[in-house]
Amino acid sequence: MTRIELTVNGEKRSDEVEPRLLLVHYLREICGLRAANVGCDTTSCGACTVLLDGRSVKSCTVLAVQAAGQEVLTAEGLSAGGELHPVQAAFRQNHGLQCGFCTPGMVMATVGLLAENPHPTEAEARAGLEGNLCRCTGYHNIIRAVLAAADAQAVPAPSTGVSA
Amino acid sequence: MIPGQFEYIAAESPAHALELLAEYGDDAKLLAGGHSLLPMMKLRLAVPEVLIDIGRLNDLAGVRADNSELVIGATTRHADLAASELVRAEAPLLAYAAAQVGDPQIRHRGTIGGSLSHADPAADLPMALVALGGSVEIQGPGGSRVVTADDFFQGFFETALRPDELLTAVRVPRRPGVPWGYQKFVRRSNDWAIVGVAAVDGRIALANMGATPLRATAAERALADGASPAAAAEHAADGTSPGEDMHADREYRKHLARVLTRRALEHQTG
Repeated sequence: MTRIELTVNGEKRSDEVEPRLLLVHYLREICGLRAANVGCDTTSCGACTVLLDGRSVKSCTVLAVQAAGQEVLTAEGLSAGGELHPVQAAFRQNHGLQCGFCTPGMVMATVGLLAENPHPTEAEARAGLEGNLCRCTGYHNIIRAVLAAADAQAVPAPSTGVSA
Repeated sequence: MIPGQFEYIAAESPAHALELLAEYGDDAKLLAGGHSLLPMMKLRLAVPEVLIDIGRLNDLAGVRADNSELVIGATTRHADLAASELVRAEAPLLAYAAAQVGDPQIRHRGTIGGSLSHADPAADLPMALVALGGSVEIQGPGGSRVVTADDFFQGFFETALRPDELLTAVRVPRRPGVPWGYQKFVRRSNDWAIVGVAAVDGRIALANMGATPLRATAAERALADGASPAAAAEHAADGTSPGEDMHADREYRKHLARVLTRRALEHQTG
């Protein structure tokens, strides 16, 4: 077992983990944060996307021990004080989902994308989400939501997580 | 899917990583971004007893100019390579290749040293390094050595790296303004190349046309002898014997190599 200290959604944590524990399982089973889904489990679908020190990563292909000392942000950490994050609000407003399984990953990938490129073109939005698959093929509304979120923001800087 | 059990050790320095490699040898694997190794471990295709994490070694990351070459630290992530102003200006083919790897999340994690060491013949960065005539710096117990790209890739997922060695940096020539072409044929936007071609400065490299990234030497010779891009490209697949899979049989891959080489030679930027 290895002790890791990290910040998850603004909260400092210290946990004993097996080195082989994947970040997505750490988040879901130890932290009880089940927004990040295990979809393909092969770094393809993006349903497990979270931010690691502000950058989108697929948490099925990151070891929890690799996240030690870093800040993890999941969809649970986006909304503060009952207010939806602008990206969440845009997905809701534009119905950027069908079954919803891919949605937490889509939202986190979008938050990461807009942090790097606050005003993407439609083509840039599509390329920016190429690591996220929607098996319902609901892409049109997802892209509408991304562009609406870009228009609506100031999106808060993602690495800060929830307010302390 | 869960990897097999292993001991995890975070290296404190490149020298520490080398000590650990000397101690554990073949039982250990180096972990940087983990985007080639962890998928193999999840499938139990790799079952190392020890993982030595070099992903936190900041002195192995970053880009600097050194006389006629750019020196890129082994743990430089694809996203940072693609965004580097220095690389974009002086080795734009390499920055472009880095931006073709996987998807944004993968580029946030994967490293150039990891991709080259993994040596997938269908991957972007090995082909780019061969096209650029680059080299890798390797440290081992007996000191350091430099291996050219042409010598580094030795077989299917095989390189010149020995089990007790660490790839520390990548060197590519500084070539601001030199035209280059890059063609990658895929069926899915973020996939490995079914066939890839990178061309710069008279050199042509092919991805997924054999066990390693290959030089299209016959086409290079034709170009050097004054052939037109279209005529030279007719020789792009000469001497190759690419593998077959559900995407393409051998003849189709050879056809793609010729077509993509013509495009890479005719549609150059820089």
